[in-house]
Amino acid sequence: MAGVVIDGISKSFGGTVALAALDLDVADREFLALLGPSGCGKTTLLRIIAGLETATTGRVLIGGRDVTQLPPRARGLAMVFQNYAVFPHLRVRDNIAFGLKMSGADRDRIARQVRRTAGLLQLEPYLDRYPAQLSGGQRQRVAVARALAVEPALLLMDEPLSNLDALLRLDMRAELKDVLREAGTTTIYVTHDQTEAMALADRIAVLHGGQIEQIGSPSAIYHTPATRFVGGFVGAPPMNFLRTADGRLMGIRPEDIDLVDEDAGLAFRVSVVEPLGAQTLLTGTTDGQLLRVALAGEHAIATGAALYLRPRPDRIRWMDAATGRAIAAG
Amino acid sequence: MTLRRGIFLSGIGVISAWVLLPIWLIAASAVGGQGQISAWPKPLWPAGGTLDGLASFLAIEGVWKATANSVAVALLTMAMAILLGAPAGYALARFNFRGANLFRVLVLMTRAFPVAILALPLTVSFIRFGVYDTAFGVALMHTTLALPFAVLVSASLFQAIPRELEEAAWVFGCTRWQAAMRVVLPLALPGIVATAIFAFVISWNEVFAASVLTVRNRTLTAYLLAVLSESPMHLQFAGGFLLIVPSVLFIFLVRKHLFAMWGIANR
Repeated sequence: MAGVVIDGISKSFGGTVALAALDLDVADREFLALLGPSGCGKTTLLRIIAGLETATTGRVLIGGRDVTQLPPRARGLAMVFQNYAVFPHLRVRDNIAFGLKMSGADRDRIARQVRRTAGLLQLEPYLDRYPAQLSGGQRQRVAVARALAVEPALLLMDEPLSNLDALLRLDMRAELKDVLREAGTTTIYVTHDQTEAMALADRIAVLHGGQIEQIGSPSAIYHTPATRFVGGFVGAPPMNFLRTADGRLMGIRPEDIDLVDEDAGLAFRVSVVEPLGAQTLLTGTTDGQLLRVALAGEHAIATGAALYLRPRPDRIRWMDAATGRAIAAG
Repeated sequence: MTLRRGIFLSGIGVISAWVLLPIWLIAASAVGGQGQISAWPKPLWPAGGTLDGLASFLAIEGVWKATANSVAVALLTMAMAILLGAPAGYALARFNFRGANLFRVLVLMTRAFPVAILALPLTVSFIRFGVYDTAFGVALMHTTLALPFAVLVSASLFQAIPRELEEAAWVFGCTRWQAAMRVVLPLALPGIVATAIFAFVISWNEVFAASVLTVRNRTLTAYLLAVLSESPMHLQFAGGFLLIVPSVLFIFLVRKHLFAMWGIANR
């Protein structure tokens, strides 16, 4: 178990800057999600931590030890890859045991760890199969088991669920959370899927353009985004931003808007109604600006209807229209 | 049966005949005995067929020694082509180095260079280095002929192995060398074996360089060229037939991987 310190890590490829002098602390046993759109630098950062890529400047410390110059094998970490990277020529058993064998563990420990992690990930029936004989979800489990078997100080995961179909992804997500909580391993998890980050992480770091936009708990990221980008990237549908006369942006989540009686709020004209069962999603305009509203439950609202809305005052997030940054409350 | 299907099938027929007809003619002449060499049309299976031709060919003095030479040269060629070609292919597949594409082209260009021009200087150099008229010397020459294939084919083999697998090996405790040995090599092995056998066949079939670079330690092809020109026709055919057999057999064994070699997916 170990904490991680990212100290001024930057990375440029030729003339383009992929990461701009990042600082980041991950506490021991913490689950941190690196969240951002493709090309934001999150995978590059993960690969630098793993030692698969070299940083242009900066240091990486794992458990207080400077590992910047060390090869991946000497960093005391394990990784789950996006395409699983399970070795096709080895049986499941040997895949799980691979890291332990390479580190020269004795037979008893290898057997014990294979049994334990295979049990944890429900792989016992498949130990003597080859990866080609497994489904995508099972291969994913093998990749996780292989990583946990070495009892790493740090576990890195690179979009481990992105190749699974939607239903399986939900199952694996819950399972992963359970397994990782039990293992108590410090984890850095890269994803572009905001619900995945929200569901799994203790803290989320939102990356954009090679910089960290905000670090915080899922709740803080969701309710008090530090920038317009964070508010627009996290949440589906994303946060609304309404421009006000004094050059500010009013950020408000679609579900934090209530219907009110006539003349008591913002006039809103409905252009699209999407009944989703648990929610009714309205898209329309207020004062010429696009606005999305998510009402709990089902509502009989017709397209073209004129409604009056009131944002919940304690949920409003004010932003500077020019900088896109949140303005301190007051 | 549609027209397309007809064209497809007759295409298969033409190509099969293109390959099989000469083999059949040689085989028929080899077992037909002296009398049927000039017979036409050839019977599908020569009546009174006899293995005498093959037997007396194998009884010619020096054939077995030449065969042993051929095998030795081909095995050496195979080993050297793989030992030099596979690492070069790995480098092409995994590293972005300046001049990689130029290197690719140059590797191919060596095949465009006529061996005949090199024959005399090579002979002189080989005598000077003391490898003239040795299996090793001929294998050196054959390795140059087989290397372009070995390099380019193994490059595409390694390229087909996901980089992530190698990275996973590094993360889980391997050095670069260990990862190549434990993960990349086992996955590339079937293709490498096919490449090796192809190198073997290239060497086995080669006659010009082998004739120039040997005097007493002839390979089978070179020996037959020298000896059989004076022999009766059916013996020449018997020799030709016995030369073809190993090549055809080997190519047949690795046919699946040869498709992969030429970039056609074999899934």
